[in-house]
Amino acid sequence: MKRGARIAVLLTAVLLLGGVSAGAVLHAADRAGRRDQVQAGGPDVAPGTVTLAPGGGRRMVFRSMAWGPHRDELASVPAAGPDATRTVSGVRCLRFYASAGTGICLQAVHGTLDDSYRAVVLDARLHERRHFPLGGIPTRSRVSPSGRMVAWTVFVSGDSYAGTDFSTRTSILDTRTWTLQDNLERYRVIKDGRTYHASDTNVWGVTFADDGHFWATLATGGKTYLVHGDVAARTLTTVRENVECPSLSPDGTRLAFKKRVPGLPADAPWRLYVLDLRTMREVPLAERRNVDDQAVWSDDRTLVYALPGDYGADLWTVPADGGGTPRKLLGGALAPAYIS
Amino acid sequence: MYLAESRGTAPPTAPGRWAAAVPGTVLALGSVSLITDVSAEMVTAVLPLYLVSGLGLSPLGFGLLDGVYNGFSAVVRLLGGHLADRGGGRHKAVAAVGYGLSALCKPLLLAVHTLPLIGAVLAVDRTGKGLRTAPRDALISLSTPESRRGRAFGVHRAMDTAGALLGPLLAFLVLRVAAEGYDAVFTVSSCVAAVGVLVLLLFVPGGRQATRDTPDGGRHPAAVRPREALALLRLPALRRLTVCAVLLGLTTVSDSFVYLVLQRRFAIPVQWFPLLPLGTAASFLLLAVPLGAVADRVGRRRLFLLGHLALLGAYALLLGPSGGGLLPVAVLVLHGAFYAATDGVLPAAAAGAVPERLRASGLALVGTGQAVARFGCSLAFGAAWTAWGDRTALGWAAGALALAAVLAAAVVGAE
Repeated sequence: MKRGARIAVLLTAVLLLGGVSAGAVLHAADRAGRRDQVQAGGPDVAPGTVTLAPGGGRRMVFRSMAWGPHRDELASVPAAGPDATRTVSGVRCLRFYASAGTGICLQAVHGTLDDSYRAVVLDARLHERRHFPLGGIPTRSRVSPSGRMVAWTVFVSGDSYAGTDFSTRTSILDTRTWTLQDNLERYRVIKDGRTYHASDTNVWGVTFADDGHFWATLATGGKTYLVHGDVAARTLTTVRENVECPSLSPDGTRLAFKKRVPGLPADAPWRLYVLDLRTMREVPLAERRNVDDQAVWSDDRTLVYALPGDYGADLWTVPADGGGTPRKLLGGALAPAYIS
Repeated sequence: MYLAESRGTAPPTAPGRWAAAVPGTVLALGSVSLITDVSAEMVTAVLPLYLVSGLGLSPLGFGLLDGVYNGFSAVVRLLGGHLADRGGGRHKAVAAVGYGLSALCKPLLLAVHTLPLIGAVLAVDRTGKGLRTAPRDALISLSTPESRRGRAFGVHRAMDTAGALLGPLLAFLVLRVAAEGYDAVFTVSSCVAAVGVLVLLLFVPGGRQATRDTPDGGRHPAAVRPREALALLRLPALRRLTVCAVLLGLTTVSDSFVYLVLQRRFAIPVQWFPLLPLGTAASFLLLAVPLGAVADRVGRRRLFLLGHLALLGAYALLLGPSGGGLLPVAVLVLHGAFYAATDGVLPAAAAGAVPERLRASGLALVGTGQAVARFGCSLAFGAAWTAWGDRTALGWAAGALALAAVLAAAVVGAE
C-alpha cells in the first residue's frame, strides 16, 4: 500500500472509531442526565430540614439514591414508617453515618483535572465542622456512640499495569482535639500475643465500642481477622479469624459481621453472621444472599444492610438471632443511621 | 560528566538533530505504544472506581493472583520472542497479535461484571502485553543503526510514558461529560486500542523490510528452534548481561514498596499518594531521550549500571534523615532517572550481544530474567518487611543493591 493510501485508511478508521466513541459518550451522558429526573413510581421527596439532634421522633437518615434532582442527598424518614415522603437535605454523600449529633459524610469533589474525595464532619444541623482529604474511594464510615470519635475507610488502588492491586486505608479522627490518625496500619499489631510486622496489612470496617476502643477487620497473609483496637495505646489485637466489617450491637454484647463461607462463588463469598462476644459463638442469619456491607443495628434485635438494587442499592432488614426472614426496608437507599 | 569524556569514539551529534536521526519505524512503534498506553491507562485509571462505585464490589484481595500470573507472564514473554524469530522475522506479526489481544480485551470489559471474569480479561490483556514486548523491542533494535540504539529506545520509552500519562486524563474527561459512564470509557478505550493496532499494521514495516536499512542485515530464513534460543546463553556477552540484569533485578524493590516507604518516611498526605507514580513517570518521560543518547556515548552497559546508582541514591534518601520539602521530589526524580537509564537501555545493550536472527529471543531472555528477579525481590522484600519492618528491609535492599552493582560491574566488564 502506498503511503497516501495508508494515511487515508488510518484517517477513515479514526473518523469511524471517533464517531463510535462520541456516540458512546453522548449515550452515557444522556443516561446520566436521565438519572437527574424523577422516575415514575419512585419515592416522594421534599426538600426540608434534616437534623441529627435528639428529639423529633426516631428516624433514619441515609443516602437517598432515588432518581431526581435530589439523588445522593442525605434524606430522613420516620423509623416506624420508612415509606413516608423523604425529607432531603441538600448535602450529598457517598457514605454516611451519625451518632449523638455528629455526622460523617464521605463525599466526592469534582475538580478540573481529577475527582477527589473528602471526609466532612457534620454538626447536628448537617453543617460542615471540618473536612479532611481522602486518598481513595470511600467505602465505610462510623461514629462512636458519644459522637466524639469518627472513623472511615477508603479503597486505594495500586499502580501496577491494569491495576489489580487494591488496599484499604482506615483513619480515626478525634473531633474534640481534631487529632487525625490517618492510617491504622501504623498501629502495633499484636497477633497471637506477639508484635507482628507485615507489609501487606490492611485494616477496614471500624465499629466503636466507646471513644477509646473499637473493633475492626485486619487482613494479612491472605486471611482476615477480627481485631480489638485501642486508640490510646495504638494497638490492634487479633481475636478471631474470618470476620469482616464488624458492627457492634447497641448493648455492646454482639458483633454482626460478614463471613467468607467456603464453597461460595469467588465473587459472592459473604454471608451475614452475628458473634456473641461472651460465648464467642456465631450464628448465621436468615439472609442467604451475598452481603457486602457493614450492617447497622436498628435496635438490639434487628439488623439493616444494603444489597444491590435497581437504583444502586436497597436497604434490607433481618432479625439478629438467626430466625425470621429478610425483608426489604427501603428502595434506593444506602448508608443508614438511626437517630432517636 | 567524566564518563562522557572518556569515550572519544562516539559519533558526533549536532544538537537538535536527534529527531531526524530516529528511524521512522521507531517513531511508528512509539506511536503504537503511546496510543496503546492511552487506551490501557484509561481502563487502569477508572477500574477501581468502576469496581467499587459502578459494580458495588469490594476488590480487596483481588491482587492475590498477581504472583501466580507473574510467572506465567515470564513464559509468555519468552514465547513471544521465540515465535517472532521463527521463520526469519515475524516480529510484526507476533507484535500485532499481542497488541490485538489486548485491544480485544477492552470491549470485553463491557460484557463481564464479576471479579473473577474481570480478572480473567485483565490476565488476557497482560498476556498480549507479554507477547508483544520482545518482538517490538527487537524491531526497534533491528531498524536502528547500532550507534543510535540507546536514543531510539529512549524515544520509544518516552512516547510510551507520555501515553500512560495522557490515558487517565482522557478517562477523566469522559467521566466528566458522562457521570458514571464507565461503559463509555471502555468503548473509547477500545476504539483507541484499535487505532493503535491499525497504526502498527499500516506504518510499521514487516518482515524483511524492517531490517533493510541495517548495515549487517543479512537474512537467515532458516527456522529457529527453541533450543537455539536457550543456547543464546552460551554467548559470553549476552550471558554476562543477563547475569548482570538478574543480579540487579534481585535488589530492585518494586515501585509500590518504594511509594509505600516514601509515603511513610515523609508522611506524605494521603491525597497526594496517587501522584507519586506520576512523579516517577514525569521524570522518566523527560530523561528517557537524553539518557538514551548518553548511553550511546558512554556505553549502554555502563549507563545501565549507573542507572542503578540513581536507584541506590533514592534508597539512601529514603533511609536518611527525614528532611523537608524537596527530598520526596528528589526520590521521585532519581526513581524516574533509574527507569530512564535502564528500561530502554537494557534492550539497547542486549541487542548488541544477540545475532539478528535470534534478536527477539535474546531480548526476551534478558527481559524475562530481569522481571523474574524483580518478582523474587518483591517476595523477599515483603518477607523482610514482615520480619524486621520497612526501614530495616530497605537498608538490606540498599546494601544488596550496592553489592550487586559492584558484582555486576565486575561481570559485565568494559563494553
